[in-house]
Amino acid sequence: MTISVEEVFETVNMTMHQNFDIRTVTLGINLKDCMDRNTDKFCRRIHKRIVERGKQLNRFADQIEAKYGIPITNRRISITPAALLLEPLPRTIKTAVKVAKTLDDAAEKAEIDFLGGFGALVQKGMTSSDENLINALPDALAATNRICAFLNFASTLAGMNMTAIAKFGHTLKEIAAKTKNGIGCARIAVFANVPEDNPFMAGAHHGVGEPDFSLNIGISGPGVVRSVIANNPDCDLTELSEVIKRTVFKITRAGELIGRDMATLMGVDFGIVDISLASTPAAGDSVAEIIEAMGVSQMGRPGSTAALALLIDAVKKGGAMASGNVGGLSGTFIPISEDAGMIRAVQDGALNIEKFEALTAVCSVGMDMFAVPGATAAEVLSAIIADELAIGVANNKTTSVRVIPAPGKKAGDIVHFGGLLGSAPVMKVAKKAAPAFIARQGRIPAPLKALRN
Amino acid sequence: MAKKKESQICIITVTGNDKVGIIAKISNACARATINIVDVNQKIMEQYFVMTMACDIANASVSMEEIQKRLGRIAKDMDLNITFQNETIFKMMHRV
Repeated sequence: MTISVEEVFETVNMTMHQNFDIRTVTLGINLKDCMDRNTDKFCRRIHKRIVERGKQLNRFADQIEAKYGIPITNRRISITPAALLLEPLPRTIKTAVKVAKTLDDAAEKAEIDFLGGFGALVQKGMTSSDENLINALPDALAATNRICAFLNFASTLAGMNMTAIAKFGHTLKEIAAKTKNGIGCARIAVFANVPEDNPFMAGAHHGVGEPDFSLNIGISGPGVVRSVIANNPDCDLTELSEVIKRTVFKITRAGELIGRDMATLMGVDFGIVDISLASTPAAGDSVAEIIEAMGVSQMGRPGSTAALALLIDAVKKGGAMASGNVGGLSGTFIPISEDAGMIRAVQDGALNIEKFEALTAVCSVGMDMFAVPGATAAEVLSAIIADELAIGVANNKTTSVRVIPAPGKKAGDIVHFGGLLGSAPVMKVAKKAAPAFIARQGRIPAPLKALRN
Repeated sequence: MAKKKESQICIITVTGNDKVGIIAKISNACARATINIVDVNQKIMEQYFVMTMACDIANASVSMEEIQKRLGRIAKDMDLNITFQNETIFKMMHRV
């Protein structure tokens, strides 16, 4: 069966005019076998492995790009959660920072822009190594440029570790104080129900249930979806869902093909395709604009949540049909700073922090890349995080928070991060939230949903 | 007769304004790289002139990266958009 000119043109048009790309190929690397009581020996081993594999990843990604003519925008590495790797080493901030710098240097040598996995799973409690890693985060993020960190504070099966969440409010303020414009905070995401195979930063890590290596693909095409919606201005919503499904099917198939081919070339296991719609600051590459193309006057106004729910459901259905390996986050990202339409919505007053939280109840991924005034109290940050993670725990889904308390800025100001991270209008938050509630600490028990056996 | 290598089909897509010599230049570049042209189609779509050319690169004398570079030069000289992609991507995206 030959391919028609129309079909070829549709694909070419997606990459040429609608910003369709393979957003990321992320190689998960197991580093458990590098563990040692000796910090230097451990650092040497992980450095060697990451540089070797990272260079290989870049080389093969270039080859695949040339073969299929679809850009592979980011090549990234995720590692075994670092708190686990730090277990046999001295419990000092100095050691954790040294490991972070080693990882950063290896990423730089391999020309990998972000390396994820400097984090810990503490949904039930913290080991002393976990606690040490959290204490080291401000220095580790300030001393590096390419390291991304994550912390899993909650899960449907374990409940919510409020002691860790209370502590993290202070950590976040310290990170903001130690990095320019608080940009260090853009490299740490905190989660409920964190997936082990997510290819997207900042939350990527190579979970403990994963093989030695696994190659995960993040596809993306908000521009493609927006344009197909714009081309169907009159159809009803059932039909609109069909149209989105068909389009997402196509872009997911491209991701599946490229992922399999890359994995075969590298001689590693193919992991998953993450079908999340991920926006970038580039014109037309916005999820908010998809919602607006559907007929909502502006993202954040009433109707946005329903439209977003329709969108994400259609994306999942199309993606699941296209690939048997859909995984990771597979939701819709609605970061503020990385999406031109989201920025506009905040500036115009259409989107506030409360509606932002409501939107994340239907899309996955959570409250991403938003800035709040630098003077926001630690307990307020902890309370925002607790609210968002509770949505994840109660609904058996992933949610995350990546918030930047921008030093010296107040509501209405703009803070620029540059590059893919974009710039964020500082959002208004309450000066006082739940100080006594946060100060209680302890664990919010797992919901009844956890008892499914 | 020597055993023929299995064919490996790629699609060259040209979009832009129609002008004299597009096919000539591209087929010349293909011939120099020992690429066999299998099929040519063209159409006006939306506001674009679109031409697709299926070719077999099984016996090509240069790598895909090099072909991409050469086509890139032609695209620049003639002010066109040229893409060169393995056919599998279209089969995956448009056939269940």
